Amino acid sequence: MAAILIHAAIPLTIILVYALVAIWGERKIAGFIQDRLGPMRVGGWHGWAQSIADLLKLIQKEDIIPTNASRFLFKFAPFMMFAASYAAFAVIPFSSAYIGSMINIGVFYLLAVTSILTLSVIMAGWASNNKWSLLGGMRSAAQMVSYEVPTIATVLTVVLVAGSLNLMTVTEMQAGNDTLGFLPNWLIFQNPFLIVAFIIFFISILAESHRVPFDLPESESELVGGYQTEYSGMRWAMFMLAEYADMLLLSLLGATLFFGGWNSPFGDFMGGPAWGFFWFMLKGLLLVFVMMWIRWTLPRYRVDQLMHICWNILIPLSFINLVLTALWEVIF
Amino acid sequence: MLNAVKQSWLTFKSIFTGMGVTIRHFFGPSVTLRYPEERMELPKGARARLFVNIDDCIGCNLCARACPVNCIDIETVAATKDVDLGKTSTGNPKRFWLTRFDIDMAKCMYCDLCVHPCPTNCIYMVPEYEYSEYDRSNLVYHFSNLEPEMVAEVKEKAEQEAEQKKREREEMMRKKAEEKAKKELEEKKKADEEATKNEKENGGE
Ligand code: SF4
Ligand code: SF4
Repeated sequence: MAAILIHAAIPLTIILVYALVAIWGERKIAGFIQDRLGPMRVGGWHGWAQSIADLLKLIQKEDIIPTNASRFLFKFAPFMMFAASYAAFAVIPFSSAYIGSMINIGVFYLLAVTSILTLSVIMAGWASNNKWSLLGGMRSAAQMVSYEVPTIATVLTVVLVAGSLNLMTVTEMQAGNDTLGFLPNWLIFQNPFLIVAFIIFFISILAESHRVPFDLPESESELVGGYQTEYSGMRWAMFMLAEYADMLLLSLLGATLFFGGWNSPFGDFMGGPAWGFFWFMLKGLLLVFVMMWIRWTLPRYRVDQLMHICWNILIPLSFINLVLTALWEVIF
Repeated sequence: MLNAVKQSWLTFKSIFTGMGVTIRHFFGPSVTLRYPEERMELPKGARARLFVNIDDCIGCNLCARACPVNCIDIETVAATKDVDLGKTSTGNPKRFWLTRFDIDMAKCMYCDLCVHPCPTNCIYMVPEYEYSEYDRSNLVYHFSNLEPEMVAEVKEKAEQEAEQKKREREEMMRKKAEEKAKKELEEKKKADEEATKNEKENGGE
């Protein structure tokens, strides 16, 4: 029982601390990119306590439920969304000494559980009884279902090379530093097709986690927040939290699959469980940073463009890539 | 196929160009001015708020007349003979009590037209822009430094003097009129005398 609680508490702590930092960081990054300063007042140094202040504000907000909304679904959707991304953290190997659950179908479990996200977004959109929410929910369903295909195909590519669905095993086999004599044994350096796989994977996770340029389900300017339109206070905060958790989850998955997980880039130097956690979070947060960087650079795609990119480009490409990787594995 | 490759190349090129621009701005300096703690230095000659150096004002009303929106309201009272208001720092003698000198900054459009006609350069813009108010009437600035009692006293004195002057003038007018009447009378007499004289002379012939 105690073990379960600890295993539940560790990812939760990581998610919550990360969300506080990431929301503040996103605003800072937005500020710096736009030659502003971002939040500066709360807490002294560069407004580091801004997210805490925001949280306090959100707690005090009224919890509004529209009269015509479907009450139970409306109330339940944000928690389900967070539960989905939180549950997926169980199979992420945070360091060589810690993984929530050592199941040998980790990747499969992760992809299956994150599919619930789609369901909760539709649930929120439908239950709100609001056209913007419904449109957002529908877009989200279309988008996530479509982009799950290239994500899965690229993850399969990695699984093909690594030969395991257990993320811990995938990470362990990336230890060492002898690709081309000096590069770490990370999968992205293993063969050229995995670089392509990573690019496709990265584009797909941008879409999966509703980040710009694929943030159609919640586009503020056209759908006034999409499925979040009717939400306020803590329920809305749960959506935000889930979204940021999802971002971290997919970035960490990317770091595990392509960048060696908790392996240090310098071989044994700075190895060990604690450093492992550091490296792992560093890689994950770097990917998160790139996502934010892209967010403040690119405009949003149209729905048809989004679908075009997915079905006409990414899916064929990812499958061709899968086959070519398989051939490469056979030949070398 | 070739076209597709070219298209993707262009896409990625433009994306990375854009990301290059944003990352340069990310590390570049920010332009934010953290206002209450930092302030921008106003340019020379900035028009922010009018100020009147009331000690130098001669009450000539030129500024009020120049103002296109009539937001300067001046009331002057002529100084009585027994007081000397002194001179301005530019050497012009002051002849009026300024019983009222109000500028309504809510109406002012910062055109600076009132500044230039002033003969003593005592109305000018100062670089003070933080003067928002909750009530518009607080934006009327009173520059006159006379106390209300002083104003009343001055007005009374001026009235008295004016009264006296009027009386004096009337007196003078009366005197003049009297003198005129006298003169006319004398002239008439003279004429009469002359006439009788002539008649006499004529009659003597
Ligand atoms: S600046 Fe222009 S509007 Fe303002 S008081 Fe002077 S003349 Fe009038
Ligand atoms: S123009 Fe100058 S001196 Fe004349 S009334 Fe205005 S402020 Fe006074």
